[in-house]
Amino acid sequence: MMEKESRLKRFFDRRLATIMVTPCIIILLGMFLFPLLWSLGLSFYDYSVLRPVPPRFVGFQHYNEIIRDPYIWARFATSMRFVALAVGLQLVLGVALAFLMYDNFKGKKIFMALMLSPMMMAPVAVGAFFRFMYDPSFGIIPYFTRTLFNADIGWVTDPSVALYSLVLVDTWMWSPFVMLFTLAGLLSIPQHLLEMSSIDRASWWQRFRNIILPQIKPLLILALLLRTMESFRLFDTIWVMTGGGPGLSTETLAITLYRVAFQHWHTGRSSAMAYIMLIVVIVLTNLYLRLSMRQEGARR
Amino acid sequence: MDNKHGNTWKMIKPYVAVVVSLIYFFPVLWVFLTAFKPRVDIVTTIPRFLFTPTLDHFFRLFFRRVTVAPGEFALEATPFARFFLNSIFLSLTSVALALALGTFAAYAISRFPMRNKGFLMFYILSNRMLPPIAVVVPLYLMYRTLGIMNTYGGMTLLYTAFSIPLAIWMMKSFFDDIPYEIEEAARVDGSSRFRAFYKTALPQVWVGIAATFIISLIFVWNEFLFALMLTGRETRTVPVALSTALRGERGVDWGLLASVEAIYVVPAIILAFVAQGFLLRGLTFGTVRK
Repeated sequence: MMEKESRLKRFFDRRLATIMVTPCIIILLGMFLFPLLWSLGLSFYDYSVLRPVPPRFVGFQHYNEIIRDPYIWARFATSMRFVALAVGLQLVLGVALAFLMYDNFKGKKIFMALMLSPMMMAPVAVGAFFRFMYDPSFGIIPYFTRTLFNADIGWVTDPSVALYSLVLVDTWMWSPFVMLFTLAGLLSIPQHLLEMSSIDRASWWQRFRNIILPQIKPLLILALLLRTMESFRLFDTIWVMTGGGPGLSTETLAITLYRVAFQHWHTGRSSAMAYIMLIVVIVLTNLYLRLSMRQEGARR
Repeated sequence: MDNKHGNTWKMIKPYVAVVVSLIYFFPVLWVFLTAFKPRVDIVTTIPRFLFTPTLDHFFRLFFRRVTVAPGEFALEATPFARFFLNSIFLSLTSVALALALGTFAAYAISRFPMRNKGFLMFYILSNRMLPPIAVVVPLYLMYRTLGIMNTYGGMTLLYTAFSIPLAIWMMKSFFDDIPYEIEEAARVDGSSRFRAFYKTALPQVWVGIAATFIISLIFVWNEFLFALMLTGRETRTVPVALSTALRGERGVDWGLLASVEAIYVVPAIILAFVAQGFLLRGLTFGTVRK
């Protein structure tokens, strides 16, 4: 009896690693891998959840159609434009903000918290509220641009402007995120390096390029990748703020995918589209991981 | 000359920083102001900063007046209280579950030798990086087939799975930070691996558990797309209710919407403030440990 119990205990102890990891892995496999394999299967079928017709095998037809479809490519271009503009602006502004918030001043913690609050808000709430603030007849933003610059801008009504309005919202939310990364990098620069360069009377730009940038670069690359992934898949804010409109001006790939899946109910086709998006994201994740490993290696 | 210029900049820099952070905060402030504005002061061509504050919208959010008999009114509760409770219940239970399971897994990965550890960590993280819009299509099918759409069990399971990758990555970073020697010493003294984990390692990472809990909570609290497709009238969360409120037939009731947002964003902002020191770590899945 005693013997048996201790054997059980020893078995438990020896297998502890497996026992500890298994529940999580089972949940992840069941909740993400399994449904994804299912939809991989469906992407080769003509199928709609709403039609009581059994799925019909079509092979690579969906993939073929999607890749040849100029409409999809145009949406992809919209996504890319949004990502490039938003992430680019966030990087520049984020670094600038970091320099602004680097020195200590009274009440810094509070002001920092104010600046970080946008990114903690539910994206749906942000989208909804900016729709209110951008409203051409009673929004506060058109009011400001009207009175200050005498410019009547159709923030969410003009198809040539709407995407930029979205970029602005995303930048407002996430440039403080880049600031956090940059601040972490700035704080890791040895003080004597900065002092030495100021004695050398190196110009501001030289100092930035030669001392500061190399120190914050690895962190900035991480921020860039994370932001790229997130803005590429962004759905909530766009969906409630513009719903893809006016026209197709803010219809990104994520919005189109939603429409194909849940408004036109082309389940098979939407599964194929989802896979094309997945491949992009998996490549980016891989990159993120490699770079963060390097970062970890450098620290040790 | 150059020096002098630098000094002036140094002097005004804090003021610039204050102004910039106030600009960033302004839209949030505007939400709060709108939530307390009387209806007539909200939709105006010239924005109003001065008004008599009212709690009308908050009241309307939770109660509505129904006519019982001519000239007689009674108060009836709106379903909003339920949506709030749903958001609170789902985020708390699923994050607690994910953190419990994730802490075990993180400890095992941090401490024990394993084959393909790199691949395991990659696989775990990749679940978090998946675009929700790509996952929600098959999840919708699966939930429909299993008949667990619009159930608390199904939603808890979903958000648990959603939170596990962050929990594992972040907790692993906290375990990696504490030295293994103490547990090894405990092992030499004859304690089992599990006891070494429970008695020696766990007490050292309580701050990490709290930080991971808070940051995971914010993510689940703000989640929209999964909730949009997989909840129904009973299990609906506030973000979904918010988006449906935007499709009102008689125009959008902005005062009501602002009051929902005001209530909904406050907890997230407060929690973020509490965990400010761990924000970067949480947002980078524990890879940047500042």
